[in-house]
Amino acid sequence: MTLTTVLLLAAALIGIGIYGALSQQSFVMLMMGLELILNGVMLAAVGFWAMSSAGVPEGQLLTIVVMAVMAIEMAMGFALVVAVYRGKQADVTESIADLKG
Amino acid sequence: MNTSFFVDVVFILLALFAVYTGWRVFRTDSMVRASFFLLLSFITVGAIMLLLSAMYLGVAMFFMMGVEMMVMALFMVMFMMNPAGLNPMMMVHQHKLSIGAGIASFVILAAMALLSRFPVQPLPAGLEPVSSLGNELLGDSMLIFESAGVVLLATMIGVVVLSSQRGRFGSAQEGSMPPGLEPGGEPAGMPEEDSGAGGHHHGH
Repeated sequence: MTLTTVLLLAAALIGIGIYGALSQQSFVMLMMGLELILNGVMLAAVGFWAMSSAGVPEGQLLTIVVMAVMAIEMAMGFALVVAVYRGKQADVTESIADLKG
Repeated sequence: MNTSFFVDVVFILLALFAVYTGWRVFRTDSMVRASFFLLLSFITVGAIMLLLSAMYLGVAMFFMMGVEMMVMALFMVMFMMNPAGLNPMMMVHQHKLSIGAGIASFVILAAMALLSRFPVQPLPAGLEPVSSLGNELLGDSMLIFESAGVVLLATMIGVVVLSSQRGRFGSAQEGSMPPGLEPGGEPAGMPEEDSGAGGHHHGH
């Protein structure tokens, strides 16, 4: 387990997450892609903290901040899905193409 | 020596499992199963954080993601089609572009990981990760920690506003129309009060 292998794993998770966020039609599946991206980001942050920073506490703090971002993303995402469902009874991205030029 | 070999083996197994479950999230037929696959991927990453001796963060990951993914699974059952996975499901758009973007970002990030020279500074021997994090959270970085709390409060207010039954100008559902099955087509499934008329409409 070296920093490089940890970063490679993080890169794989981010790549899968980007694929999911771009390709999925369902809102919640799309959010899962975003979560997977943040998963990779957190892993990379912890990897840098543990192997490349001599244990400065700010490294762990950064991970906590990313965790908070993740919670906010989930909560706001679900609220937006509820709002969109109320207005349009839509659960896929194609159904809210009103502003598309 | 033996311990480090053991850690390496465990890390490789966990890494493969995290990537596999992350991949299965978008390849399973059931959305509920997808959220549990995502949970497995998160738990595996949490275990890797424990291996990296970030004790607090790894355990926090277990708890946080456990709750978060249960909410997600419930949400799937409430709102989404096909939560049980009885039919094959492949709901994607711009599929080739997405695959390309995913692979390209992996290649770029992996090249950065392989080609960059990062400083090698492992954790000092006497470091207590948990107490160091605690001292940082309630010491030098207290402002950041507190701002995260305020942002979470703002999120709670925003969530209530966005999802409340009563909108700012009356019922949130007033005048809402489902989109048509084809662009510009008739609304698919009328709102509640029109259900009688809708049934009549389907008759001819």
